[in-house]
Amino acid sequence: MDQQPPPFFKRGPAPVALLSFYVALSLALLVVDARFHTLEVLRQGLSMFTHPVQSFAHLPAQLLDNADSYFASLARLQEENAQLKRARLENVAALLRSQQMEVENERLRKLLGVRERQQVSGQVAQILYSARDPYARRIIIDKGQQNKVVAGQPVIDDAGIVGQVTRVFPFVAEVTLITDKEQAVPVQVVRTGLRSVVFGLGDGQLELRFVPVTADIQNGDMLVTSGLDGIFPAGFPVAKVVHIESDTAYSFARIICTPLAGVEHFSEVMVLDPRPAVVLPEELESEAASKHAKAATRSGPAKKKRLKKD
Amino acid sequence: MQTSYSSSRILLPVRPWFIGFTLLAALVLNYLPTVAWPGVPDWLALVIVFWSVREPRLVGMGLAFVFGLAMDVADASLLGQHALAYVLAAYGASSLSRRILWFPLGQQALQVFPLLLLVPVVQFAVWAVVGAELPGLAYFLGPLFATLLWPLLTFVLLLPQHQPVDHDANRPL
Repeated sequence: MDQQPPPFFKRGPAPVALLSFYVALSLALLVVDARFHTLEVLRQGLSMFTHPVQSFAHLPAQLLDNADSYFASLARLQEENAQLKRARLENVAALLRSQQMEVENERLRKLLGVRERQQVSGQVAQILYSARDPYARRIIIDKGQQNKVVAGQPVIDDAGIVGQVTRVFPFVAEVTLITDKEQAVPVQVVRTGLRSVVFGLGDGQLELRFVPVTADIQNGDMLVTSGLDGIFPAGFPVAKVVHIESDTAYSFARIICTPLAGVEHFSEVMVLDPRPAVVLPEELESEAASKHAKAATRSGPAKKKRLKKD
Repeated sequence: MQTSYSSSRILLPVRPWFIGFTLLAALVLNYLPTVAWPGVPDWLALVIVFWSVREPRLVGMGLAFVFGLAMDVADASLLGQHALAYVLAAYGASSLSRRILWFPLGQQALQVFPLLLLVPVVQFAVWAVVGAELPGLAYFLGPLFATLLWPLLTFVLLLPQHQPVDHDANRPL
């Protein structure tokens, strides 16, 4: 008969073995998540457990917010109301005109045989909180799979583009801000029509890349979405140029922009409906089909590859 | 004779549900929207390190991993980033636990500081591989404040284990 050690000595695997097991597991998770983006299901499953705890943790802040608006004085509300009414009246002329122009534009485009611009619609969402991680410029909004939000939808506020939905959970969704390091938005300079791409810098600013040193660009130039990516609708304000560094040693100028939307501070945003996929002509269709396997999603991996190249 | 250090007084055995409760409370504290303030300690790391030092047989890398994943999911971080950091901190804490408990509270805090600093450093290392830059030194203030909180935390978390102070003349201790 074997001698069994007394139960007092049974302490499971050695600490170093456990450590290597858990470290290997976390490293595997990290690599799979960062490289292949295939852990969304696991994330969604886990979020079912963490979501209640999170909403519990956000109760005090929400209560404070609500209390603040509850005790807002009548006078202030009346003043605000009057102001809003005035603003609406001021905007009415522009709105009516733009509606008429939209109709006219549509008619003209039809006459010219150009495809009509897509109508933009969406749903309003409230921002719950911004992610605690200092490396990720992300915010969490209160609309999720339940509200038919899908990854890739653009998010705007009253001043311009805020970001893009990157992850969807059952009740909430995660929006990557345009200032995030991994976010790129194709834009167009309003004054000259020059097209390029802005990338987030991760510190609240944006950089306009791939613009030659000799290009006509000035401080204060407005950038709007060009709509070439098929994700962001065309013509939404994105950023303003604030700093240009043109060193002839490099072929591209270094152009820093600040976002126009209150990207880092806002409370309500609008999630725009995804744009319908553009139908390609037949000769391009077959070419795209072969590439489709490589670039299955237009989100994460594709962007990272682009980042690596430059 | 009772030893002079309050850290080595004789305590009642810990109740497992209390450990679970404190870990959950730390998770809730971590979920509070306090991003805007620099130097808010990582409560969960602090509590995990505390229990790994105090009760290395009850709290260890397994719990650290699970709670790390909970942080990753909520924080929009890479999956496994917090888990890796917490597992390493828990391992360090439990392997140093015999030594750390030998010291008075102030010196314990000094020895815990590197463990707490490990957590943001590991997370930064993970992001550095992906290609992020240092988010500013304020990011590393958290462990410093957490270290200062160590004596207070020890007092609060050990409260349920304190013995009633009725001196019995016939008891040897």
